[in-house]
Formats: sequence, structure tokens, C-alpha cells
Amino acid sequence: MLGPFADPASVKALDHQLGVDRPFYVQYGDWIWKFVRGDLGMSLEYRVSVWSLLGASLLNSLKLAAVAFVLVVPLSLLGGVVAALKRGRFADRAITLTGLSLTAVPEFVSAIILILVLGIWLKLLPVTASAPSGSGFFTQIKFLLLPGLALVMVLFGYIARMARAGTIEALNADYARTAYLKGLGTPVVIRRHVLRNALLPTIAVIATQVGYLIGGLVVIERLFNYNGIGLRIFTAAQNKDFTLLQSGVLLIGIVYLLATFTADVLYAVLNPRIRHGAAE
Amino acid sequence: MPVRPTAAVTARRETFRQLLRSKTLIPGAAIVGFWIFCAILGPTIAPHDPLGQTQPQLVAPSWKYLFGTDQLGRDVLSRVLAGARSIMVVAPAATLLGLVGGTIVGLVTGYFRGLVDDAVSRVIDAVLALPLIVIAVTVLAALGPSTVTLIVVIGIVFTPLVGRTVRAAVLAERSLEYVQAARLRGERAPYVMFVEILPNVMGPIVVEATVRLGYAIFAIAGLTFLGFGVQPPAPDWSLQIYDNYTLLSAGTYWWTVLFPALAIASLVIAVNLIADGIAQVLDR
Repeated sequence: MLGPFADPASVKALDHQLGVDRPFYVQYGDWIWKFVRGDLGMSLEYRVSVWSLLGASLLNSLKLAAVAFVLVVPLSLLGGVVAALKRGRFADRAITLTGLSLTAVPEFVSAIILILVLGIWLKLLPVTASAPSGSGFFTQIKFLLLPGLALVMVLFGYIARMARAGTIEALNADYARTAYLKGLGTPVVIRRHVLRNALLPTIAVIATQVGYLIGGLVVIERLFNYNGIGLRIFTAAQNKDFTLLQSGVLLIGIVYLLATFTADVLYAVLNPRIRHGAAE
Repeated sequence: MPVRPTAAVTARRETFRQLLRSKTLIPGAAIVGFWIFCAILGPTIAPHDPLGQTQPQLVAPSWKYLFGTDQLGRDVLSRVLAGARSIMVVAPAATLLGLVGGTIVGLVTGYFRGLVDDAVSRVIDAVLALPLIVIAVTVLAALGPSTVTLIVVIGIVFTPLVGRTVRAAVLAERSLEYVQAARLRGERAPYVMFVEILPNVMGPIVVEATVRLGYAIFAIAGLTFLGFGVQPPAPDWSLQIYDNYTLLSAGTYWWTVLFPALAIASLVIAVNLIADGIAQVLDR
């Protein structure tokens, strides 16, 4: 912060000003005490409050994550259900293998290929993520589609696999056989009996993907130079801005915990067997 | 005691035969084999020097430069062939570290249960509460980017993940008669864990190894792209993308990033095809 040629006296003064000359347990206690009161401290790099930097970034990341989720959930549920209904046939192998391959490819690699194909060769989408300031809702979404799609490609395989497994389990269940035997047509059985049992738990499981999503955001936001929480943490790490970094990582931990908790609650709400099982 | 040798050999042959018949394993193994070949011989078979900035800059793909040249005048094909080496060393090393650590953690927690299990499981939960990339970025920022640190960080994060799988397998084994027999014989715990139980949980460990290798490549490629892994001027695939992706928005020079991107994609997809094939045979 003072440059490589700072004289010892000013280093000492800065150490004192930042409080890093105190024993580490005092610093830690001080940090915890301020943290529980919502004071995250000042960024070492920018000299403004950490919260003012993280708040805006988190909002930007949530926008991107929302675009990705809105795209991936219907797509992958549809893919998973179709694969389950055509189990063992060509469509199933095609969907399963495509999903497996897309999930495996690092998000910045899929993003590069998407930028080349959709952004540059077909000129369908803008290749930057940040819309010009003051642009409307739909323009902003249009700019987020390309980075969102890169995240979709990674998430698709996982969710489709869950949906496929859930649907197959439901198709094999006694109630599905009963429904068939009492003379219901296939579309009715699938809509009324299979999908309800297969998809609701899958939707709850999706929330656990938030953990991956945040990691993916670091890379995607860096690639698109999009000012979200991932890029914040990345630049904080690069600049050794530790106050910003520790609060950012903590914030991600909290978001992740909340998402996992929501998933558990959703799962119990959607699946009465868990609820009643726990009550007994 | 162990099954008759003939039966064991037959079973092993049957597994091997099933693996050979797998429709995903063979293509995957062929692609991975190609990249292993490049990792060993890449710099030798490359048509130009992968590091030499001696060619004309940003030439489009042609017969002389099949994949074109980059902005520093390096042959992209040569860099793609030579670039297999770094990822093919770092990813398996990190996976191996995670597997060894995870197997030990899984065996100990699964075998002893009780207090050891509870304590280790809470630590595992804590590690799993943060995304891998975020942990790695934080640690690598504090310690400085280096390949060894990268391997250690990925290995440490993989340890609890592998440990969880191994623990589940050990829990299923420990109540079986052969384990009880060994304990009644008076064998010590390490002997029971490593000599009696370990061979019987190798199936899940092998499946886990292939799956983890895929994740390791995924994570290492991402971290290298962020600048925390292999350092320039090494001809690493992620680094090639990092070096050249800013040229993309201009709309030309696609060859500088497309070929390394396809190389990474083909490698991870191939590893996952192998994982899928092995899981389908061994998980039955």
C-alpha cells in the first residue's frame, strides 16, 4: 500500500492505523465483534466500506444466476423426462451423453465456443455481459444470455440426470403400474402420477447447485469482465485485499448455506414422507 | 478366507470383458491415450517450436500452419500438442493426492465410527461449505500461484469428497463376516483396514478416481485461466485461451482460442466417458 520503498516509520504508522500490530486474537475478536453488528470494515485497496462494494456485486451476480436458472430448469427437466421415457433408446443415450459431456467441460471453454458461434459467427448475441448503463430490462437480459448459457451448459447435465433418475423411479413404482392397470392412458399417467412424484424433489435438489454456480461465476465473470461477486473476489485475491476477500468468501458461504437450507426445507415441503417421517 | 483363485480370476476376466464391451469406455480411452502420447512426445512431434516466437504473427490456419499462429508468432498446433503435458501431470497428481488422503480418511472414519467419525465429518462439512474454486483462489492468493500449491489445494479439497464415498463403502463392509473373523483372530486395526477391507472397496475407489480426475481437469483448467495455475510461457491450453481471448471480440483470430478450447473439451469429455463406462460395469 505504501510501495516497496516505504520507510519503516510510515510502515509502522500504517500497521498501527490498520490495527495489524495487535496480537492476532485481538484482531480476530475485533473483527468478529464488528461482523455481528454488520460492520465488515474497509477495503484495503479501495478505502471504502467493504459492504458498499459487495452489495452491488452480489446483486449483479444474482441477475446472472437468475438468467442461468430460468434457462436451465425447464430445459434440463424436459431433457431428463424425455430421456427417462425413451430409456435405453437413442434419444436417452443422446441426451445422457450430451449432458455428461457438457457438464464435464470447464465453463470458460464452453463460453469461448458459445462466444465464437453465437456471438461472432452468427452475430445473435452481444459478446459482452454488461449492458450500456441505463438500458432496459430486456436489453440487460440479452447481454446476460451468453454468460448465462455457459453456466446452463454445466448445470444441464446434472439436473437432467436427477430428473431422469427420478422419473425412472416413478415409472417403476407401484402407483404407476396401478394407474396403467386401471386403464389410464400414458399421457395421463405421466402427467398426473409420474411427473408429480419425479420432478418436485428434483427441483428441490437444484438448489444445492448454487455452490457450483458461485464457483462458476468467478470464472465466467472474469471471462466476460462482468462486475459480480465472483470478479470481486478474484480481484480482491489478486490485489491481496484481505478485508474484502474474507468478507466476500464469508458472504458466499452464507449464500451457500441459505441455498442448502432452502433446498432442505423445499424438499420436506414437497415430499410429505420426509415431513411425517421426521415427526414420528 | 478369500475366494478360490480360479473364481477370482474368472470374475476379474468377466469385469475386464464387460469393460471392453462398454460403448463409452473405448472411445474415451482412445482420446485420453492420444493426449497421453502428446504429453510424452508433444514437443518432439510438434512441427514448430511451441515456445519459439519465430513465425509470422496471427496467420490464419493454412497448410503451413494447420491451426494458425498466435499474436506472439507461435504455432498454435505445436502449442496444442505440447500443451497436453502440463494438465496431464497436474490433474492426475492432484487426483492421486485426494484419493490417497480420502481413502485413509474414509477407512478410519468408517472403521472406527464414534468420536473420530463425528469429528472428521464436521471438518468435512466445513470444507464442503465453500465452492472449490473459491477455496483455491483464496489459498493461492495468500500463498502465491504455483503448480505445487495448486496440486496440494485440489488434493486437500478432494480428500473429504473421496473420504465420504469410501466411508460409505467401508460402513457396508465392516459388519461382514470376514471383517469380524479378522478381528476375532486378533488382527490390529490398521491390518483389518488396509489388508482386509481396502481390497473389497476398490470398486468405488476406482470409480471415484475417474470421476475426480474429470473434476480435477475442470478445476485446474479454470484456475489456470484465472492465472493461479501453470504460469506463462508454458504452452498450457488454458493459458493459451487466457493469452488470446481478448482478441476474440474483434471477431477474427478465432483459431488462437478455438483449438486449445477443443483440446480441453475433448480431454474432459474423454475422461468422463471412461468414468461412465467404469461406473456402469463396477457399480452393478
